[in-house]
Amino acid sequence: MTTQAAERPKNFLEEVIAATPGESRLEMCIQCGTCGGSCPSGGDMDHTPRALFAMIRADMRNEVLRSNTPWYCVSCYFCTVRCPQEVHITDIMYALKNFAIRAKLYEENKNPAAGLSETFTDQVERYGRSFEFGLATRHNLKFHPSKLAGMASLGWGMLTKRQLDWREPKKIDGLAQLNAILERAKTLEEAA
Amino acid sequence: MSKYSFYPGCSMESSARAYLDSTLALQSSLDLQLDEVKDWNCCGATEYAATHLLPSYALVGRNLALAAQPSHGAPAAPTLVAGCSACYLNLAKTDYYMRQSGDLAERVNTALAAGGLHYQPGAVKVRHLLDILINDIGLAQIKAKVTRPLKGWRVAAYYGCQVPRPDYDHRFQNAEYPMQMEQLMQALGATVIDFPLKTHCCGGHMTQISEATSYELIRRLIQGADQYRADLLVTLCPMCQLNLDAYQVEMNKFFKTSYHVPVIFFTQLIGLAFGIDPVQLGFGREFISASALLKDKLGVDVPVAEEAVAAPPRPRRGQPEGLPMPRMPRSGQLGQEE
Repeated sequence: MTTQAAERPKNFLEEVIAATPGESRLEMCIQCGTCGGSCPSGGDMDHTPRALFAMIRADMRNEVLRSNTPWYCVSCYFCTVRCPQEVHITDIMYALKNFAIRAKLYEENKNPAAGLSETFTDQVERYGRSFEFGLATRHNLKFHPSKLAGMASLGWGMLTKRQLDWREPKKIDGLAQLNAILERAKTLEEAA
Repeated sequence: MSKYSFYPGCSMESSARAYLDSTLALQSSLDLQLDEVKDWNCCGATEYAATHLLPSYALVGRNLALAAQPSHGAPAAPTLVAGCSACYLNLAKTDYYMRQSGDLAERVNTALAAGGLHYQPGAVKVRHLLDILINDIGLAQIKAKVTRPLKGWRVAAYYGCQVPRPDYDHRFQNAEYPMQMEQLMQALGATVIDFPLKTHCCGGHMTQISEATSYELIRRLIQGADQYRADLLVTLCPMCQLNLDAYQVEMNKFFKTSYHVPVIFFTQLIGLAFGIDPVQLGFGREFISASALLKDKLGVDVPVAEEAVAAPPRPRRGQPEGLPMPRMPRSGQLGQEE
């Protein structure tokens, strides 16, 4: 984003740097592995952030975008604050998720993370408010009946103890305004 | 009277209703006025940015622009307060990156202009509720309001991730080992236990993506608190509270354990120490009931308003699994504690 006014990115590394808001410092990575060692879900990732960054430098675009790594990022920012080179790792993961969705490569991972993000995005654009995660659980109950048996007490508890209801969330008054803003932002992003 | 703009966010209005109710209940005791931002929208949590990056900044930009607008002819309060960690992070991050990058600020404002809005980076200062209580109101004033000290409560303070990190404006000093909530709990008369996992991840959205990943993260925290003999976990994040409380039951099933560690918002405990009615503070909404604690420690009954989910039977401690943790002696063997 910072360098979008400059010439077109020459390779995947430059593309990722250009797409990350602020200064990504991705090119400063020294491959020390502090990120992977600090990551709460690192053990379940296809590649540690360090390995993924090496792959970005090697221009392995498709392999990077097929990796489950960005989708297993929990946005805890441990890697970001511990990185000795101050690489904005969490922000880079968001940029990679965007690339993966646009390239339609995430489906090959067979993980529901992208689906969750897309459902969430859809709710925000439809109501201006989210079905937050408690409601996402409810969403699961409704749309993944195989999970129903195991999760029934949780769903029931949500309804009785949390006083959630099954109706749609209230729409904000400025929904048209919000969508006009989001539409223009999408146009700007596509033009970049 | 200290006045602030207030961004409650979607979670505080639904699953974390106890957090919102208890926060609002503290206003008069603390001479605090929280004015809700008019017609705010969702902050995008950790999901919107995954699908649309620049629009995720514009999404938050609308909230910042609304917070900076004068209301009823009066200038907006210079400080915008959020209670939810994800909301706080997203608001702070958007403002910070817009201050850092003129290019991003310009693009966000080009988008905002489509809705007739504009945001001058830095126009509002984004701060977390805990920061306001510690640094603006102060521990002395909080301590002075305590009428029902939480004597004998063993509290583990749990911050989660997104308030102490990345902490763009250095409000919390230590990204991995903050102490503010501990100081606050001590001011309320509680005994604070050392909880090394206090800024480790609760699993975030992983409960929706990978059960094995998320339940393991939840187990570490709950087992850690249990083995340090905490009566409860106190937190400042709706997501953490939801994962550790609602999913504690599922985690117990997954690992065949029987932990019973209530997870309560810090504002609920402040209100309790101030003598406010527990029902008004949202007690009774938690899955892992804190009713026995309130009864044992304070002699306060929380009426069961709704059908409660049955609490696992005591004794609550399951067989330790995973990494070995230091075992604390059972109660009665630590005579020196308060």
